[in-house]
Amino acid sequence: MAGGAPFLRLEGIRKDFGSFNALRDIRLEVARGEFVCFLGPSGCGKTTLLRIIAGLETQSAGTLHQDGRDISRLPPAERDYGIVFQSYALFPNLTTYDNVAYGLVNRRAGREAIAARVAELLRLVGLPEAGAKYPAQLSGGQQQRVALARALATSPGLLLLDEPLSALDAIVRVHLRSEVRALHQRLGVTTIMVTHDQEEALSMADRIVVMDHGAIDQVGSPLEIYREPATPFVADFVGKVNMLAATVRGPGRVQVAGQTFTGVAVDKAAGRSVRAYLRPEDIVARPIAESDANVFEATIEKIEFLGSYCLVRVRAAGMEEQPLTVYLSLNFLSEQGLAQGSRLRLRVLAERMRVFEA
Amino acid sequence: MAAVLGARAVARQRVHWTDRAGELMLAALAAALAAFLVAPLAAILLQSIEDARGRVIGLDNYFAYFETPALAHSLWNSVWVSLLVTALVVPAAFAFAYGLTRSCMPLKGVFRTVALTPLLAPSLLAAISFIYWFGNQGVLKEWMQALGIEQIYGAPGIVLAQAFSVFPHALMILITALSLADARLYEAADALGTGDARKFFTITLPGAKYGLASAAMVSFTLVITDFGIPKVIGGNFNVLATDVFKLVIGQQDFQKGAVVAVFLLAPALLTFVVDRMVQRKQTSMLSARAVPYAPRASRGFDAAITAYCSVVVLLMLAVFGMAVYASFVKFWPYDLSFSLRHYVLGLVDNEAGTAFGNSLKLAFATALAGTATVFAGAYLTEKLRGAAWLRATVQFLGLLPMAVPGLVLGLGYIFFFNAPDNPLNFLYHSMAILVACTVVHFYTTGQLTAVTALKALDAEFESVSASLKVPFWKTAWRVTLPICTPALVDISRYFFINAMTTISAVVFLYSPDTRLASIAILNLDEAGEPGAAAAVAVLIAATSLVVCILYLGLGWLVERRTQTWRKPA
Repeated sequence: MAGGAPFLRLEGIRKDFGSFNALRDIRLEVARGEFVCFLGPSGCGKTTLLRIIAGLETQSAGTLHQDGRDISRLPPAERDYGIVFQSYALFPNLTTYDNVAYGLVNRRAGREAIAARVAELLRLVGLPEAGAKYPAQLSGGQQQRVALARALATSPGLLLLDEPLSALDAIVRVHLRSEVRALHQRLGVTTIMVTHDQEEALSMADRIVVMDHGAIDQVGSPLEIYREPATPFVADFVGKVNMLAATVRGPGRVQVAGQTFTGVAVDKAAGRSVRAYLRPEDIVARPIAESDANVFEATIEKIEFLGSYCLVRVRAAGMEEQPLTVYLSLNFLSEQGLAQGSRLRLRVLAERMRVFEA
Repeated sequence: MAAVLGARAVARQRVHWTDRAGELMLAALAAALAAFLVAPLAAILLQSIEDARGRVIGLDNYFAYFETPALAHSLWNSVWVSLLVTALVVPAAFAFAYGLTRSCMPLKGVFRTVALTPLLAPSLLAAISFIYWFGNQGVLKEWMQALGIEQIYGAPGIVLAQAFSVFPHALMILITALSLADARLYEAADALGTGDARKFFTITLPGAKYGLASAAMVSFTLVITDFGIPKVIGGNFNVLATDVFKLVIGQQDFQKGAVVAVFLLAPALLTFVVDRMVQRKQTSMLSARAVPYAPRASRGFDAAITAYCSVVVLLMLAVFGMAVYASFVKFWPYDLSFSLRHYVLGLVDNEAGTAFGNSLKLAFATALAGTATVFAGAYLTEKLRGAAWLRATVQFLGLLPMAVPGLVLGLGYIFFFNAPDNPLNFLYHSMAILVACTVVHFYTTGQLTAVTALKALDAEFESVSASLKVPFWKTAWRVTLPICTPALVDISRYFFINAMTTISAVVFLYSPDTRLASIAILNLDEAGEPGAAAAVAVLIAATSLVVCILYLGLGWLVERRTQTWRKPA
């Protein structure tokens, strides 16, 4: 976001459907060439916001500027973007070639120029041979690539993706994820993608906009969102987390039942009841030195096998009321001969703990 | 500062000129529907509360109507005949539909096709045929009299002929209702050891109850508003529909005619409302997870239902056959040798030939104009983003014609377009007004078909087009229209067949230059030429049949030309 005016600027965007507040005072700036994900649960307003940027919905209040131009009141046809929908919305009666060429034909480009551009785009999305096929003859993943090629054909300044991968099966989805990302890096087109899949957002975006109940909770890089969630909602929605009822016991000191953790980043006054959020990977089994603080004894209650890692639920000494979830590698468990009922020592990386008002 | 103002004021998007053009088209359509549907109906309502000099007198015309014993008697006649036909047709059609959907009867396609053929002929054909069977010189007159019925002219003839022509309408509704069966319910009942009778009364009948209600309402309305059959076979038995004609055309008593028209409008409106409710309930009844019901062979039941359906089909063929036979007979009942005399007499001597040409013209024009209008209307109401109020208006006006009997519509056209101070008066007695009237008369079914086809398309096509800067009509032309061609073919066939066979609305509107074949039947019959009337009726049915076959071919071609993309590679 360093230097220059933002490519897209949203100010005070509000959307009401009757008495329902779909969006409340959205402010957001997107830099040129950025890949931004709108992430949130269904009904959080992320798709509505995307459709407002596209002009498919009209905001109840607020302004939008794209590339220095006020687009607040422009109809979709006068804005500059390409869009891909979850349903692909490919024209079923037109071939792949005609679908990709759809927006080019209207620009009165020469026939050869169009053919060259379509071939280039189909190569770009990895379907150089598919021109003559109808959408029904392509797989879901292929159809989505064609939709992407069609959206990019007119070289729009902004690419909008509305849950583009949600209708695909898991393997294709993961594969297309990296392809879309690679495509973005090659073309450098400013991209906004809506998704409810946190993995997708974390793996693809330059910045993530986490939304809930029609408002933006946090904007940040994937790492920031994951490591430093700004609200309990973000902490809970992105990734797994242990939520603990706790009390502040002075600078950097947080007490959870019978255990007190030190070195916590906490600015609340002593005596305040708070909620401490702790990721499973921030509770470690090794290395633990004798001098280490924040170490405690725990009993394994349940092991959920997930492959190379296991999700382990433990009861810690002094805080048995609040079970903790921990990631332990399969190798570690078998080396140590750990099973249900075994006891082990664990250490909390207290500096990673996030503390919010209860 | 501008940003602050923008944030305060409720933002409204500027309308792109292509969208504006669409809104203008929709507004034009709304205006047309207002002129050709709303205004004529308003003219009737107004006429019914005015005196002959155009002063509003409230409900006096209605009181005067009930004080005229002959007219009040017609109301009673209409009601009981319609109820009787409904009571006969609905169970008969239900049993037939049950056979088609729930048995392993052979030749289902043949049974279904024959049972639906009355739709291809004007309803008059049945009346003429029954005259040949049971009339003064009828073949089976003695049999009828042995049953204690003195003569066919009057209520008996009306009931029989109406039953014949209403049967396919009830049948179609009931087939749909009975096809919506969830096999899982029957499997669950079987698992619980339920008997067949109990399954019928606890699953089948409740499942079809909306269809039954709808079939009954539609039958009643069709009978009470039909004009042709009582005109031909009714004798001295007066009903509302013939009263309207006599009052307006014969006695020029527009006010009483309007009162009768309002009476005819009432059951049709009620049917319309009930039908809309039924449609909504029926679609929600069958969940997406329902398993379609497949009938299992059951020898005794299959044999019984096959026998029943055969009898019905034979009766229908007898009605049809008699009309065809009589049209080719030289001089009924004295010289039964083959002759084309009636065709010559009907087509050449009585100028039914030109009438037939007019009918074809009307049918073509209606099919073209109707399909184009209906589809444009459905497209714009479904796909435009703005103009919500306008879209809702056109949608409602498109549904309204189903609630307006043809007779009432035609009468409204007289009142409205014949008014000397109406700027549209020049349309009166033209072919154009016949086309407009017929399009409006059959508008609703077309609109429902078009909307169903459009709703099956991805809602984002237009969004994608807008993002690619392609105006909406280009997408309509390149994508929407080709995908919807099968529906367009269906709609235009529906318009064509109905324009060929309709009488009720156009009977008020034709001029000497725009006489139609269906009306020529009436005139020939009145002129004492039943043979020629039969000949013209048969010709119309034959034309409809040929057109249906042509449409079948067209449908096949369209399927091949525009729907290849549906097939997997």
